Amino acid sequence: MKKLLAAVFALAALSNAAYADTIKIGVVGPFSGPFALQGKNFKAGIDAWLSLNGKTVGKDEIAIVYRDLPQADPARSKSLAQELVVREGVQYLAGFYFTPDAMAATALLQQGNVPMVVMNAATSAIVASSPLVVRTSFTTWQTTTPIAQVAKDQGVTKAITLVSDYGPGIDAENAFKTGFEKAGGKVVETIRMPLSTNDFAPLMQRIKDSGAEGLFTFLPSGPPTLAFVKAYNDNGLKAAGIKFYATGDLTQESDLPALGESALGLQTTYHYAVSHESPENKTFVAAAERAIGNPAELSFPAVSAFDGMYVISKMIEATGGKQDAKAAVEAVKGLSWTSPRGPVTIDPDSRHITQNIYLREVAKDANGKYYNKELQTFEKQGDPGLAFVKK
Amino acid sequence: MQTVLSIAVDALAYGMVLFVISIGLSVTMGLMRVVNLAHGAFAMIGGYFASYAARDLGLGYGPAILIAIIGTVIIAIPVERFLYRRIYGAPELTQVLMTIGITFCVIGITNYAFGPTLKTVPLPPALQGSVDLGFRTIATHRIFAIACGLAVAGGLWFLIERTSFGIRIRAAVDNAPMTAALGVRTEVVYAVSFAVAIALAAFGGVIGAELLPLEPYYALRYMVTFLVVVSVGGAGSIGGALIACLLLGTIDTTARYLAPEYGEFFFYLAVILIVTLFPRGLAGRLK
Repeated sequence: MKKLLAAVFALAALSNAAYADTIKIGVVGPFSGPFALQGKNFKAGIDAWLSLNGKTVGKDEIAIVYRDLPQADPARSKSLAQELVVREGVQYLAGFYFTPDAMAATALLQQGNVPMVVMNAATSAIVASSPLVVRTSFTTWQTTTPIAQVAKDQGVTKAITLVSDYGPGIDAENAFKTGFEKAGGKVVETIRMPLSTNDFAPLMQRIKDSGAEGLFTFLPSGPPTLAFVKAYNDNGLKAAGIKFYATGDLTQESDLPALGESALGLQTTYHYAVSHESPENKTFVAAAERAIGNPAELSFPAVSAFDGMYVISKMIEATGGKQDAKAAVEAVKGLSWTSPRGPVTIDPDSRHITQNIYLREVAKDANGKYYNKELQTFEKQGDPGLAFVKK
Repeated sequence: MQTVLSIAVDALAYGMVLFVISIGLSVTMGLMRVVNLAHGAFAMIGGYFASYAARDLGLGYGPAILIAIIGTVIIAIPVERFLYRRIYGAPELTQVLMTIGITFCVIGITNYAFGPTLKTVPLPPALQGSVDLGFRTIATHRIFAIACGLAVAGGLWFLIERTSFGIRIRAAVDNAPMTAALGVRTEVVYAVSFAVAIALAAFGGVIGAELLPLEPYYALRYMVTFLVVVSVGGAGSIGGALIACLLLGTIDTTARYLAPEYGEFFFYLAVILIVTLFPRGLAGRLK
C-alpha cells in the first residue's frame, strides 16, 4: 500500500513538473443528462481536431480538461469556470452549450486573464458581454434570417410563426418577422408555446385556422421535434399546402433517423450539414465519426468545437504559450479559414463567426439514409441580431 | 362550433393517451400503496422493447406490443421480488428514494445500451396517416389510442370489480393481515397486481410513443404529468383516473389552442383547485 501511495505521489509530482509547458483548455458542456448527446458532439469535434493536428501547438502541449454541466445552470457554470481557472490553471475556457451558462462565466474572464471560445450558445448578446469572448458556432438570428427570404421567394405572403417560449425561440420569432416583413410579407400571427409542450395537435389546428400560407417554427433539437413534425403531417397541414420553414435545429442529423419519412421535404436553414460537400468536411467527418463511435450521433456542435479548437490553436501560436487573454483575442480578430462548413471569418468587431448559411431539404440517399441536402447558399452571413442587443 | 368540436376531439385523444400511460401508476399507488416513481422507467423499457422488436427485428406492431409487455414484466419480476417487496408498507420517503434510484439506474443503463438518440416504434400502414372527420383531420393513431384507452378502462374495471381475483385485491388493500389470515396468499396478489401495473406501463409507453418520444430521459421527463393524473383522479380509482385525464386533457388542449402564451398556467391552476377541493382526488375515498 505504501509503495502504491508513493508511486501515486511520484506520478503526481512528475505530471506537475510537466505542467510548465502544458497549456490547459477547460471545456464546459453537457456530458451527462438529457443533453449528453450535444456534449458528446463537443468532445467528438475536439478529439477530431486533436487526431488531425496532433496534441502540440508549436512547442507547447495542449491538454483538455472537461467539466460536466448537464443542464442550463448559470451559478454552477460560473463555479465550474472558476474552479477551472483557479485550481486547474486553464488558459482557455471553451464549450458552453446554453446561453445562461456562457453569460455567467464571462464575468470571470477579465480577472482570470482567460479568453472564452463559445462552441454553441447562440444568443447574440454573449459576445457583447465581454471583449474576451470569441464564438465559433452561430446565432439564432444568423440562421433564421435567410429562411424569411426563402419563404417570400417561394410565394408565401402570409406567414405564421410558432416558437418555443424561451430566449432562442423569441430570437427566432423576431428574426423571422423582421426578415419576412422586410421582404414584403406579412406575419399574421405569432404564437409562443411552452417548452414542455408534448401535444401539438391543438396548435396545428390553430395554424390551419389562421389562414397563413407558410409556417415558421423554432424548437430546440430534442424529443419534441418528433411529435411536432408528426403533428404537422397528421393534422393535414402538409396536405393543405401550408409550407414548413424552420432552422436546422429541428432536423439535426442525430434526430433524422427517428423523424424518418415524415421529415422528407422539410426546408431548413443552418450553418452546417454533416453531408456538406467539401474535401475539408470529408476529412472532418471521417475523424469525428471515429471519435464519436456511432456515426448516426454526429451533429452540428461537433463542427463548432472543431473550429473552436482551430481558433484556440491560433491564439496559442500568437501568444507563444504565454497567458495573455487580450493578445490572444486580438490575434484571431479577422482570422479567415476554410472550415468543414465552408469559408468562415471571425468578425473583428463582434468576434462572432461570419459564415455561409445553407438552405437544406431533408432527402433520402441511395442507401435509404436521411440527410440534409443543401439547395442554396447565403454567403458571408454576419449576425443581424447584434443590432438589437441592448448596450 | 367547429372550433369547439375540434378542441373536443384533441382533448379526448390527448386525455386517453394520458390515461393509458398513467393508469398503471394509479394501480400501484392506490392498490399497493407504493409511490412508484419508476413508473415512467417501466413505460420507457416497454417502449424500447417495442422499438427494438419493430425496427431492428422487423416484427409487426402487434407482436412488438406483446414483446414489450412480456419483456417488461419479465424484467420487473426480479425487481419486485428483491426491491419492491422490501418497501411495501414502508414510509413514503423510503419508497420515493428507492424508486427514484431505480429510475436513475434505468436511465443510465438505457443510455449506455441504446445511446441517447430518439427511438420510434414504426406504425403499421393501417395506423399511419390521418382520417378526415369532416370538420377536420386527425391522426389515425390517435383514434387507435382512444380505443385502447377505453379497452384498458373497461378491462381493468372488470378485473377489479367483477372477478374473484379483484375481490382478493380489494381485500388485501383494505386489510392485508386479515386477508392473509383468511388464507389468501397476499404476496401472490401483490406480485400479480404489480405485474399488471407494469404491463399497463409498458403498453402505455408503446401506445404513447407518438406523443411522448422515447429517449433515456423519458423516465423523468413525464413523471410530473403521471403523478398529477393520479393525484387529481384519486389513487387506485379507474373512473377517477379516466375523469381526471379527460378533464386535464380538455383544460390543457383548450388553453393551448386559445392562449398558448400562458403556457401551462391553466393546467396547473386546475390541478391546484381540484387538489384543494378534493384532497384525495376526484374519486378518492376519504379516510
